[in-house]
Order: sequence, then structure tokens, then C-alpha cells
Amino acid sequence: MTSAPDHTPRFADVSLAERIGKAMPYLLIPVLVVLGFLAIGAPSSWLTLTVSGLAMGMMIFIMASGLTLVFGLMDVINFGHGAFISVGAFVGISVLLALGGWTEAASLPLNVIAILIAVVAAMIVTGVMGWGFERLIVRPVYGAHLKQILVTVGGLIVIEQLIHVVWGPDEIFLNRPEMLKGAVTFGGAAVEKYRLLAVVIGLALFVAMRMVLRRSKIGLIVRAGVENGEMVQALGYRLRLVFIGVFIAGSALAGLGGVMWGLYQEVINAGMGEEILILIFIVVIIGGLGSVEGAFIGALLVGLMQNYVAFLEPKLALVSNIGLMTAVLLWRPQGMLPVVKAK
Amino acid sequence: MSDPVLSLSGIHTDIAQYHILQGVDLEVPRGGVTMLLGRNGVGKTTTLRTIIGHWQAKSGSIKFDGQDITALPVPARARAGIGFVPEDMGIFVDLTVEENMVLAAASGPLDEAKRDWLFAAFPPLKTFWKSEAGTLSGGQKQMLSIARAMAEDRKLYLIDEPTKGLAPAIISTMAGALRELKQQGASILLVEQNFAVAKALGDTAAVMDDGRIVWTGEMAELANDAALQERLMGLCMEAH
Repeated sequence: MTSAPDHTPRFADVSLAERIGKAMPYLLIPVLVVLGFLAIGAPSSWLTLTVSGLAMGMMIFIMASGLTLVFGLMDVINFGHGAFISVGAFVGISVLLALGGWTEAASLPLNVIAILIAVVAAMIVTGVMGWGFERLIVRPVYGAHLKQILVTVGGLIVIEQLIHVVWGPDEIFLNRPEMLKGAVTFGGAAVEKYRLLAVVIGLALFVAMRMVLRRSKIGLIVRAGVENGEMVQALGYRLRLVFIGVFIAGSALAGLGGVMWGLYQEVINAGMGEEILILIFIVVIIGGLGSVEGAFIGALLVGLMQNYVAFLEPKLALVSNIGLMTAVLLWRPQGMLPVVKAK
Repeated sequence: MSDPVLSLSGIHTDIAQYHILQGVDLEVPRGGVTMLLGRNGVGKTTTLRTIIGHWQAKSGSIKFDGQDITALPVPARARAGIGFVPEDMGIFVDLTVEENMVLAAASGPLDEAKRDWLFAAFPPLKTFWKSEAGTLSGGQKQMLSIARAMAEDRKLYLIDEPTKGLAPAIISTMAGALRELKQQGASILLVEQNFAVAKALGDTAAVMDDGRIVWTGEMAELANDAALQERLMGLCMEAH
């Protein structure tokens, strides 16, 4: 057989500027942290705000990670994602209230097991809901963005009303598990224990998602499907099943995020998912459609920015994230690390 | 024709409001290379995409290896043994060369002997094994797209203009790989504008015009008859 002409291709030297340019999104977080330190001045306040911002960012990431996959792989704009956050919170908190003996005990293992059970219950319920939502509401409108917005907003409203039917119209106030109340102090800064837990869970989820997406065959199929779904099918993979799996996983992650966010706020209501949805969309957009890494960086930036600005100039806190999104899109119109190029 | 690997009967395909395929009847013999020829825009690519299932036939039937696949979804057709190399190559540019190849082995891990054979046929794939496919040159991408189709043994390969825009040396590599595939007993339905390649590889040929097959026969017969080429395709292929 004729083989390709014998030649020895060399890898081009990449300049320092090009290397920095590629890594720039990752560098934004330490840059923002340093800028925050310079602006705030007091190390203890800065540390408290930084951990708080990272914790908030991690929870937003948990909620946004599912949406970015659904957005990226399936090209579906799913406002129903907010409903899964609310349902997850209500299911999870109901479980925690039912396990009152465990959450009120001064035992960290019992507290953590109670949260774990609540999270699993929330993820199962929202995962099953996601399956039904995809089948009944999303499937007929694949490829039609305007219709997707209309029907998923409709679905969001219906599910919120169903929450009122099942749990009543009032907000539910709750206490965090006993051992996660209060704060630990180091370096003169007080850091809430629960926020540390949120950072650990968010980091673990990010690492796990990266491992699945980068190291497993199913992750490979998902990444390839985001890029060229037609070709993945032509290789023999049933992308439709992968789509459904991703939608279920995305909905379940929204449920996990709902439990975490509910415990963070210490109050839940039917509209909580809808309220946080704008922030989640900002994260998905600035991160780049379909990118888990982008969503992670975007979420941390949003969390840090919100906390720093609220401390330095409270009136600006409301617009800080819109400003951040504007700046990022002016710099990179497709988001920081887009997997799917905007159409 | 006795026991064709693929037969299309009265295939009509619409794309949006356009009626592209207007009753395609085609039989691809088992083993060997069938060239699908014709001017630009006559429906060659649409025929391949209808066979793999990216476009759904409005009417007619497609039989592959004795099975009616007209209503089957794309993955089922691929798993039945049809490999597809699209005109745009369909490379996953954000994945590495290795990841592209791993993905191509849909039924299990990539066979090492097969991988080594592909490395011998397409050395740049070995050099750039860990590089993102998006960084490859056009010719290297085309090598990857062909290698990917060959990662698993298929009964039929649908290949759309694999030599388009490539340098002569790379075209020779492509032709060599396709010849090897043919010698292994595979059936290939090949859309090709390069006459030298078509003449060298083709056993049989089908010429399309206006969404229909207007001529079928031996490739050698078409290659040796300039008047026939002129009549069927409005040009003499030797001139290209």
C-alpha cells in the first residue's frame, strides 16, 4: 500500500503571549482575588469575603453545570432548569426536616449522612422529572429556540404552582444541621462551616465531571456530540439516548444545587430557582456554551465579584455581574471557553 | 446484479422545499468500488446522506445486506455495517487524534493491530496522536477521516470526495488506502471528482443527473468513452 510521504513535521514554537492568551480565563480568578485584596485592604475581611464568594460560586456552578451541558449538547434553552432547582430544594429540605433527629444531633457524621440522603432524594426526584420534562415538553421543540423558551417558561410556571399545591404557598425557614452552624476562625477571619462544605462539594463535583468528560468513553461521546452530533451518530452511537441521559443528569444536578442553595439561604420558596436562573445563565454565557470548565470559572468569578462589590459598594452589587458579562463578551464574544460556537 | 450489498429503489428525498432526489435506483455490488459521478448539484452527496440516514427518504426503499433499512435511524445503519466519510470530513476538531480514533471504535477498544496498520498507512496520525485534530492540515484531517472510517471493519463505506483540495502526494496515499480496503473485500460507494483516482479505483460507475441515476456500467467503459462522458456529464473527464 502507498503510505503518506515521509516527512518529519515539527511542532511550531508557541510564544509566551499565545500561551498566556490560552490560559487567560484560568488566570482571571487569581487576578480578581488579588484585586479584591488590594481594594479591600483588611486581610480578615478579604479572606471572609473570598471564601464566601468561592462558596457562592461553587453552588452556582453546581446549578449551572447541568444547564451548560444541556445547552451545549442539545442546543436547548431550558428555563425549566429553575423549576428543578426549586423542586430539589423542597424535596431535600423535606427529607432533612423528616430526619430532624439526625440534623439536630451534635454529630458531624450524622449531619453529613442526613444531607447526603437529602441530596440523593432530591437528585432522584429531579432526575425523573427531567426525564418527563424532556419527553413531554422539550422533545417536540428541538431546534426551535423561540418555542423552547416559551414552553420551558410555561413548564417552569406549572411546576412552581405544583410546588404551591404540594408544599403550600409559604416560604419554609430551616436551620442548618447542628455541626454546620456557626463559623471557624483562622487568620482573624470568620468563615462559615457550611460554606467550606459547599466549596468541598463544588470542587469534588467539578473534578468528577472533568474526569467523566475527559477520561471516559461516555464523556468522549458527549464532547464529540456537542461538536458534531451528526457524525457521532454516523459512527454508530445513539446520541438520542445520550441526550436524554445528559438532560436527566443536568436536572439531577439542578436538584443537588437546589438543596445546597436552600441550606445556604436558610429559606426556600417556589420561586427560588427562577430568581437564581438569571445568574446561572450569566455564568453559562460568560463561561462559553457547553463548557464545564468555563461554567466553573464563570461561577467563581460571579461569586467573588458579587461578594467583593457588595462589600465595597453595595449599590453596585446588583449590576456587577451584568458588567462582568458585558466585559467578558466584549473580550471574547463566544464566552471564555466555548465548546459550542454561537450560531 | 446478483446479491448487491446495497440497493436503492425509487428514492425521493426533499431538503426543505427542494426536491433533490427524484427517484434514485442504484445497486452497489458486493466487494469493489462503485463510483458515483455527475456534475455539481445533481444529488451525489444527498444520495450518500440519504443512505446513511442524515436525510430521510420521502419515498422508496433502501436495502442493505438483505435488510430493509429505510426506516432505521442513523446509528442503527452504522451498526449494521455502513461507514460514512462526509465531504467536510466530520473531524472532531476539539478532540485529539487519539480520541477521534477511540470514538471511531464504537463496538469496543481500538484494536492495536489495526491501529499499527493505520499508523503505517498514515504516519502523520502517529506523529500527532496526542494533538488536537483541529491543528492538523487539510490532508492530515482527511487521512484521519479515512482512518476513522477504517477503525472498524464495515461491509460498505460511503466516501464523499476524499481527495478534494489535496496535494497529489496525499491523493496517492488516499488512493492506496482505499485500494487496500477494496482488496480486503469491502464495498465502497465513492463520490469523486478526480478522474485519475476514479479511473484507478473504480470497478463500476453510476452517473447522476437531476436527482436520478442516468447511467450505470463498468468504470472502464465510461473512462474509455469520451463521447459518453460528454453526453452524461457535459465534460470529458480526461481533461480534468
